[in-house]
Amino acid sequence: MTQPDLTEHFLELVRRTSTDLPPDVERALRAAREREAPGSAAQGALDAILKNVKLAREKSTPICQDTGTPIFYIYYPGNWNTRTLQAQIKAAVVQATAKAYLRPNAVDSLTGKNSGNNLGEAFPNFHFHESQAPYLQVDLMLKGGGSENVGAQYKLPDSQLGAGRNLEGVRRVVLDAIYQAQGKGCAPGVIGVAIGGARGSGYVKSKEQLFRELDDTNADPQLAELEARLTREANSLNIGPMGFGGETTVLGVKIGALHRLPACYFVSISYACWADRHRTLIWRDDTVTID
Amino acid sequence: MATFHLNIPISDDEIKQLHVGDQVFLSGVMTTGRDAAHTYIIENFVKTGGRPPESEQELYEKLKKLLKGSAIYHCGPVVRQDETGQWHFVAAGPTTSIREEPYQADVMAHLSVKAVIGKGGMGSKTLQGGREHTYVYLHAVGGAATLIADSVKEVLDVYKKDEFGVPEAFWVIRVQDFPTVVTMDTYDQSIHAEVQVASQERLSALMQN
Repeated sequence: MTQPDLTEHFLELVRRTSTDLPPDVERALRAAREREAPGSAAQGALDAILKNVKLAREKSTPICQDTGTPIFYIYYPGNWNTRTLQAQIKAAVVQATAKAYLRPNAVDSLTGKNSGNNLGEAFPNFHFHESQAPYLQVDLMLKGGGSENVGAQYKLPDSQLGAGRNLEGVRRVVLDAIYQAQGKGCAPGVIGVAIGGARGSGYVKSKEQLFRELDDTNADPQLAELEARLTREANSLNIGPMGFGGETTVLGVKIGALHRLPACYFVSISYACWADRHRTLIWRDDTVTID
Repeated sequence: MATFHLNIPISDDEIKQLHVGDQVFLSGVMTTGRDAAHTYIIENFVKTGGRPPESEQELYEKLKKLLKGSAIYHCGPVVRQDETGQWHFVAAGPTTSIREEPYQADVMAHLSVKAVIGKGGMGSKTLQGGREHTYVYLHAVGGAATLIADSVKEVLDVYKKDEFGVPEAFWVIRVQDFPTVVTMDTYDQSIHAEVQVASQERLSALMQN
């Protein structure tokens, strides 16, 4: 088969992701607003957030000026060429930057020079997975820097936190990470957690959790219970929107697990700010949908 | 908690009437400045005791005039340039302020800046500086970038764009009713410190389980 040129659709994927917050996140923010005391700074912050979400969608401008690291998870049928896909996506990212859907965010770590077009070493970031499905799926996340700075990786056991190599230990380090973050990751955030894996694969897995629907239920009953408990307990910290104090500190906690080395027990935590921007493009039989 | 509409330049008396939790809508001319801008000011203006190298003299004079009684906004905007060459702010929410903690108090004192705007709050050095030099920390809503860009009415100038890059440059902007909340005042009060202490107590209780 000849591989189609999907550049314009990838551009639309970037535009949608940057300017149009997913509906489950917006619903959760709306529900959070109702829980805050009338006239409080927390409610004021959520009002501004909701107004901003609506305005960004209407004007087709970025929800947040930090349009983050573009992270692409690509699930492609075996006969597709990944270099071609990568070239098309890169071209779309350059166009999206020129159209101000993305801020130029790729900075050379040695010279401090901004490349100006969001291209650089491992920028954007690609994860390719060959899939058996007869269609192409491209998941995009725009992962902002402020929230990325409050992500954390723990090595269990952690005697200071009394965290052993079990789910109670996981619970303790996740609560610690949310406490340490305070409002700095733009609370209320969504917490992606990976248990196990290696240092690199753990963080990748923790970000994959952020693609889940906020109101889904983990297929593993133990993890489902831990997710619900951590959401409740994190909110009882009363850090609140923007760290102003208040009822909602997180919109959800999502946990996945990987096999680990006998010697290692990592818990990797990625914090998605309230502007949890992710979208999925599917190409099937010449038809493209973006959700 | 009161609401204030303040026009730049802001006086010391106006700053002293502000307390944590108050809402402030700012109007007037201010500049953005983040990591590169703060280290630049420290290296060229503060450490030289106000005698910058020849090459930076012109910008020093401009910034002194601009920032006296004004505000520094921790922000790396998304900008657009139209056919006439005029710049516009497309998205302009605050960035995390704590990175400037080592520099902020000295920058504020040296240039007589009356407000620093950002997100996430700052530490004890900045808080103490606020009492000594009469300035406040104003919190903008993180991520509310399109909404805040709406209050930026005009981009008047930009300095160091090519050297620092778009996000890090000094963007001189005229704002109208820029929305903020006072989270650090001139009376040693910080919402961030309060929330941290209270949440630590709750965390300790949860860890007892």
